Amino acid sequence: MSSSVDTDRAEAGRKLSFPWALWLRQSRAIFRLEIRKNFFGKRSVLIYLLAFLPIFLLGSLALVTPVTEDFTNLSRIFAWIYGGLILRTVVFFGCAWIFMNLFRGEMVDRSLHYYFLSSVRREVLVVGKYLSGLVTSTILFVATTVVAMLLLYFPHFSGESARFFFEGAGFSQLLTYVGITILACIGYGAFFLVVGLFFRNPIIPALVLYGWEAINFLLPPLLKKISVIHYLNSLTPVPAPEASPFGVMVEPTPAWISVPGLLILTALVLIAAGARIRHMEIKYGGD
Amino acid sequence: MSEVFENTIVLDNVSKFYGEILGVNRVSLAIPPGITSLVGPNGAGKSTLMNLMTGLLRPTRGRVTVLGIPTDRPEELFRKVGYCSQFDSFPRGLTGREFIKSFLLVSGIGKKEADSWAEKALDRISLLDAADRRIGAYSKGMRQRLRLAQSIAHRPKVLILDEPLNGLDPVVRAETIALFKKLAAEGLHLIISSHILHEVDMMSDRVVLLNNGYVVAEGGIHGVRDEMETHPMQILIRCDRPALLASRMFAEDDVVEARLHEDRGGLFVKTREPDRFYLLLNEVVAQGEINVESIAPIDDDLSAVYQYLIGSDGGNA
Repeated sequence: MSSSVDTDRAEAGRKLSFPWALWLRQSRAIFRLEIRKNFFGKRSVLIYLLAFLPIFLLGSLALVTPVTEDFTNLSRIFAWIYGGLILRTVVFFGCAWIFMNLFRGEMVDRSLHYYFLSSVRREVLVVGKYLSGLVTSTILFVATTVVAMLLLYFPHFSGESARFFFEGAGFSQLLTYVGITILACIGYGAFFLVVGLFFRNPIIPALVLYGWEAINFLLPPLLKKISVIHYLNSLTPVPAPEASPFGVMVEPTPAWISVPGLLILTALVLIAAGARIRHMEIKYGGD
Repeated sequence: MSEVFENTIVLDNVSKFYGEILGVNRVSLAIPPGITSLVGPNGAGKSTLMNLMTGLLRPTRGRVTVLGIPTDRPEELFRKVGYCSQFDSFPRGLTGREFIKSFLLVSGIGKKEADSWAEKALDRISLLDAADRRIGAYSKGMRQRLRLAQSIAHRPKVLILDEPLNGLDPVVRAETIALFKKLAAEGLHLIISSHILHEVDMMSDRVVLLNNGYVVAEGGIHGVRDEMETHPMQILIRCDRPALLASRMFAEDDVVEARLHEDRGGLFVKTREPDRFYLLLNEVVAQGEINVESIAPIDDDLSAVYQYLIGSDGGNA
């Protein structure tokens, strides 16, 4: 074309910075495009509703529940709310929606091919999209976790709650819950990203995983460990009350195994996503 | 790798099946620079072939390389290839300029260059005025031009364009065809699919005719026509004594048919050997018996070739 000199110069520039600087730049560009869609796209409405659900429930409860100064009991109540509502419902389905739509949503919109027609390694595309989903889910669900916890403690005894948080165990519990939420986003996010790549209808595998995680407390010890929720529950600062008398007790997996284990699993899942996308074709259903 | 290979798009015995449905079968092509048009009816395999050339589809059998680059290496391929597909959809919420710039950035182009390249691409397809409007507010023709701008923005050496003139008004069509010719003159490969045969005829250096997933003919339009021995060439000779010319022509073995024009001011001749026919006609004219006003082959265009090989007038191609 007319300015082939420009082209050659740009190409030389690209070659010089190969590979890490280029990949980083490309990941950033993908991240910026995706984060905008995640936060402001029409699909984000559902995520905001999900993230707001515990806040709405706890805010409403704060108005009607009797006053208590029993912080140990409040901690157990929060552990129950966190495990049952925030982690298993909000974070699970929120991550499912965000991460499955990273690829599947673009296939439905018929716009994924623009990425495939760019001179970018498809593995870099996976990383850029995954990071955008991770940042989105982390910001929303960490905010949900923090606000939900504060809503439980602060409405009645703000002075004592402040002491519980800044002098007692409150702050470290809050940080631990935040950490678990981030880990959940990392783990579930990778899983759902891959599901969105492999399955035309990703809702079914998502529901299968949800069912598996939901009956986790009933499973024998060995099977319990083949789940994300087991490792996340192992990290909770306050054990949640058992949901059923039929639950099978099992020792929590120590944090030094749970955390790196989840991270390694995530890395393996993302590698599978990279391998899958390398050979992926664009067919857009009826085309 | 030879220099020719590095300057050619090569499809080596390529087949693509969607399950049991045939996309294309045993396609072998070597496409040099210039404008090559893919022509054929709906379902002939044109888009499949283009998607194979851009790696959006993987061949079931065979191998595709573009300027020596295998199509399974998008990070290398799309430094040299731009593809304007038929998918009329865009990422949501972007303006035309943001769209072009974003994917330049995704390709690793620096921010400053991305800005200026996006500007130039939009200018080249006359979309600068609407560049800062949301794509959602664009007309069909504007979206088509935007896709074209996106495919040329990174200054590729190969442009693959699936029905690029669809939805364009006549003025923009003419401008776009002029742009294609200019790009081809600059040494680019342009692979274009179109169903408007006279436009293909006007701009193409060569054609690839596809039907039911098979390549039925390829090459320069006139070359393809010449090779069609089963369909004698039709020539219209405008002259003052067509009946006399007809009697002279019937004496020749290669002339299959000679028929007077309705206005009796010309003669239609069908011949298997056009070159010999022209020599003979020269002799007749030289004898001074007949005054010839004009000679014109009437089925030496893409429409005729299309009709003979594919069996329709190309209206639905």
